[in-house]
Amino acid sequence: MNFDQLLQNVVGDTIGPGGSLWAFRPEMTLCATIIAVLLAKIILPGWKSSAYYITLLGLLAACFFAFPWSWQQGDMPAAKTIFTGMLIADSFTVVVRGMLLGFAVLFATFTQMTGVWDRDDQAEFFVLMLGSLVGMCLMISANHILIVMLGVEMASVPCYVLAGMKRNQPVSSEAALKYAVFGAGAAGVMLFGLSLLAGVLGSAQLPTMTARLIQIIHQGVSPDQTLVLSLGGLMLMVGVAFKLSAVPFHFWAPDVFEGATAEVAAFISVASKAAALGLLVRLVAVFSMPSGLTFPEGISLPPDQLAAVADLGAVRQYIVAIVSLLAAVTCTFGNLAAYGQTNMKRLLAYSTIAHAGYMMMPVAAAAALVGSDVLGAREAVAALVVYIAIYLFMNLAAFAIVAFLRNATGSEEIADYAGLARRSPGLTVCMAIVMFSLVGLPPLAGFLAKMTVFLALIDAKLWTLLFIGALNTLLSLFYYLRVVKVMALSPEPLHREAPTIPLTSLVGFYCALLTVPVVALFFLLGGMLDLARAAAHTLFN
Amino acid sequence: MFNLHDPEVLRTWLLSLIIFLPALGAGVLCVLPVRGDQCLKRFSLAVTVLVFLLTVWLAMPAGDSSAVGHFALGFAGMQNVVDHEWIPSFNIRYFLGVDGISLPLVVLTSFLSMLAMWASWSIDKSVRAYCALFLLLETGMLGVFMSLDFFLFYVFWEVMLLPMYFLIGVWGGPRREYAAIKFFLFTLAGSVLILIAILVLYFTSNPHTFNMLRLAEIGQMPDSPFHQTLLWGKSVSWWAFVLLFIGFAVKLPAVPVHTWLPDAHVEAPTPVSMILAGVLLKMGGYGIIRICYPICPAAGYELAWWVCGLGTVSMVYGALAAMAQKDFKRLVAYSSVSHMGYVLLGLGVWSATAEFQYNTDYWTMGMSGAMFQMIAHGISSAGMFFLVGVLYERVHHRNLDQYGGLFARMPVFSGISMIIFFAALGLPGLCGFWGELFVILGAWSFSKVLAVVAASVVILTAGYILWTIQRVYLGPEYKGPHGDALTPMTRREKYIAAPLVALAILFGVYPKVLFDYVTPTVEKTVVEMKDWSQNVAQPEKVGWDKRSTVPPITAENVVGPRSACPTLLAEWSEQPSADSQETEQP
Repeated sequence: MNFDQLLQNVVGDTIGPGGSLWAFRPEMTLCATIIAVLLAKIILPGWKSSAYYITLLGLLAACFFAFPWSWQQGDMPAAKTIFTGMLIADSFTVVVRGMLLGFAVLFATFTQMTGVWDRDDQAEFFVLMLGSLVGMCLMISANHILIVMLGVEMASVPCYVLAGMKRNQPVSSEAALKYAVFGAGAAGVMLFGLSLLAGVLGSAQLPTMTARLIQIIHQGVSPDQTLVLSLGGLMLMVGVAFKLSAVPFHFWAPDVFEGATAEVAAFISVASKAAALGLLVRLVAVFSMPSGLTFPEGISLPPDQLAAVADLGAVRQYIVAIVSLLAAVTCTFGNLAAYGQTNMKRLLAYSTIAHAGYMMMPVAAAAALVGSDVLGAREAVAALVVYIAIYLFMNLAAFAIVAFLRNATGSEEIADYAGLARRSPGLTVCMAIVMFSLVGLPPLAGFLAKMTVFLALIDAKLWTLLFIGALNTLLSLFYYLRVVKVMALSPEPLHREAPTIPLTSLVGFYCALLTVPVVALFFLLGGMLDLARAAAHTLFN
Repeated sequence: MFNLHDPEVLRTWLLSLIIFLPALGAGVLCVLPVRGDQCLKRFSLAVTVLVFLLTVWLAMPAGDSSAVGHFALGFAGMQNVVDHEWIPSFNIRYFLGVDGISLPLVVLTSFLSMLAMWASWSIDKSVRAYCALFLLLETGMLGVFMSLDFFLFYVFWEVMLLPMYFLIGVWGGPRREYAAIKFFLFTLAGSVLILIAILVLYFTSNPHTFNMLRLAEIGQMPDSPFHQTLLWGKSVSWWAFVLLFIGFAVKLPAVPVHTWLPDAHVEAPTPVSMILAGVLLKMGGYGIIRICYPICPAAGYELAWWVCGLGTVSMVYGALAAMAQKDFKRLVAYSSVSHMGYVLLGLGVWSATAEFQYNTDYWTMGMSGAMFQMIAHGISSAGMFFLVGVLYERVHHRNLDQYGGLFARMPVFSGISMIIFFAALGLPGLCGFWGELFVILGAWSFSKVLAVVAASVVILTAGYILWTIQRVYLGPEYKGPHGDALTPMTRREKYIAAPLVALAILFGVYPKVLFDYVTPTVEKTVVEMKDWSQNVAQPEKVGWDKRSTVPPITAENVVGPRSACPTLLAEWSEQPSADSQETEQP
């Protein structure tokens, strides 16, 4: 094969009908939007809200391209790699990316309503958000070590800047600095881990690495190799755990959430976490199950697929152990640490940490199941997708209410919410619904999220994790309930009035709009589950 | 869809309306454009009355079970069944129905809700929110008793939690926040265990189902999948039973998970106490009789002594603790613990074993007694809490030592109190008697020791109730604070107390009216358990050759050497129930 042929192949693969670029339209749209926003700032300096409207337009266009129109004709895409195996485009990518883009639409509108940016920073804010979003899209479709690294960095770096957007506030700068230093450290460790893995396995493309892994295990793995591989896996997990804010790599989260504005905190807590979970699923899927077995030449294969699956048993056990341990510790620590918080954003930071723990549980279940029951493993991933979808609304609503209350009172302390029930009953009901949904009480969507996760754990027979999950539901009750208690039960302080935000106002309407799905999704479980199952159906094959 | 001549549609509407009318009322209440508090209360009362009338209509006796909206006496199976698909991906159904066990509790719920709403006239803080939460609570309670789908059941079970938390936490006494969170925490701990049990059962059943009746069938099969080992050598059935039982025992409440109850009762406002004692506690008993035993007979058989022992301990402990109280409401709360212990004992006396020739009569007696005790306690405890509330509204204290001489100041009130308190005591001729008697009779064949202990608790009960009456009502004159406020009962208060008194007497002198509803279904449950212990637990003891294979369960080889001696029960309920039970299953 000469160079010319190679070039022809690449061009055909990239541009041709059904080629890579076609599947990459949403990301391309986001990139184009970034340019448009920056240009608009130069060309039309008089149009104050240009950035918002262009961003909204771009996001809607991206949503349009990302929407799985063909699915309605029952045409589910098979998993395929694009850009010569760098990215993977399957239904999981489509669904999770769709959720991210949908979240971004709600989020952009939310920031426009609260006016979080300083006077001239609007364009920069949206550019950073869009850039981060592109990185997240890469994370969830990564099929190559480079893309993993690139995606994580591209999603993180704009977030560091966003955290420090309030330039005149020292606490904001401190948050940004902590976030950046922590992020850089975690990325370094992750890169080291990836290079260890790539070094032993002799490739940087994830499925090829798995094929090599099977080969090594099949031939008998030496203690040195085991050590390097386990260390590599562990270091890779450090990077993912940082993005997930999993204990013990969570230290940045409370400070960043407190220092950054509530809007940015919402973005980090929802979008960043969803992308990190997507990446985790990708990594777990690729290393726990030989996909397709289309190995490159020169690698001698085990006799059949079953033997290959069995060979990866030890790897799966390793993954289950790490992810379960992280999940259990994260969940418990997050819930316990949330007790002492007096600042609402810090409380939500720990709540986010705890939920990251819950969301890692089905990943552990999937890894435990994949060897014996692929359908069960897919069901576990579907549980995660359901969780992400519900979590998106719950957390965005919580942060939105925090931001609106901050605009009204200038405070984010829980104690300052006292007596809100009397002044703004509608908003209090919204907050109560969101909080109880975060606890996981029916008939709210948060219950379904927990229930599907618990079902996955039962299926995988991870009893300890199930017990920890159940115990944590109980632990989490206290601090969520405390917020509601202060709002509804505590008397209004004498020296000042609680803010009045009726649901009929624009702000109140937005909160209600976010709260309605928290209730409605409970009754729409069927549709949501179908979507989640569709997302998972291309994994583990 | 609106063709009400179609019985299916009519059933769907009737049962759904009973459950969701209060919630609908709560929704309307939130947007009702009136300012007067009285107006809001009247509206809520109207809703509860309407619901009560609907449940009464549902309970009207009918000749055969196909009659829509009426209840066929003597028919043991589910009636007025509503079954629609809800979430097909999990096989979750909108599945409702009533039988002899749930119907009396449904009527009790709507009845007490109505009285408690009427007793809420003295609430004057954020009335709109109070009424809305109250109505929401009623929806949850009715839903729990009527749903036959486990998922639906759990949703309603949890729906009750939030309104109850706020009702105690906002409108309660001085330590209301502590009491409310304690209540919430205990109940949530129990319900998380219930949830895990539900999910495990769902996963073990094949095809997966949340259908309670189907799960019961699966659980009673000889080769039930629930017998497979789950963890630490114990079977699915064992774990599910234990988890469910703990969850329900919290609600019941049984010692040692009862500690939320006295706090919650002391701090809750009077109407909420009425509901709490009258209805919420019954959910524990209902869950055990409807879910624990039919679905997990293996574990119930194995753990029968634990259940009965826990019941007896609760009885003794509750009675002794009640005797030591200085706070009137706390005393009544502990008496609830004691009385609900009878329920646990009556449900648990698994005497239909080979040792007793599979005689189901005693267990039937115990279980019917437990059911009767639940209803009777619903009436007497709600009445007691209401009466304490009446007193508290006047003198603003509940210290037993500062009362005395009320007979002279409030003669009608004292008379009503006597009847209600004696009903709680279990005086023959009043409603508390039959439940206790039947439970003790049922326990006798299971264990003479437990029966003797249970019987002697009656003495303790008499001790604390008579002593209370002496301290509160008798004596020369009232010397406590706010003596001037001791005015006679108002007309509204009399109207609330009157139905309770009337029912206490009616059930006392004519218990058949309740047993007619309860007994067929209880007998069916007990016979199912007996068949199970005969065919699955102890197949070798009925004389089959051990080497031969166990014959399949058919109507023929279920040898039921039913006792020839006519029991008290059979005399009252002249139903040929042993025959009619085979024809159930809608």
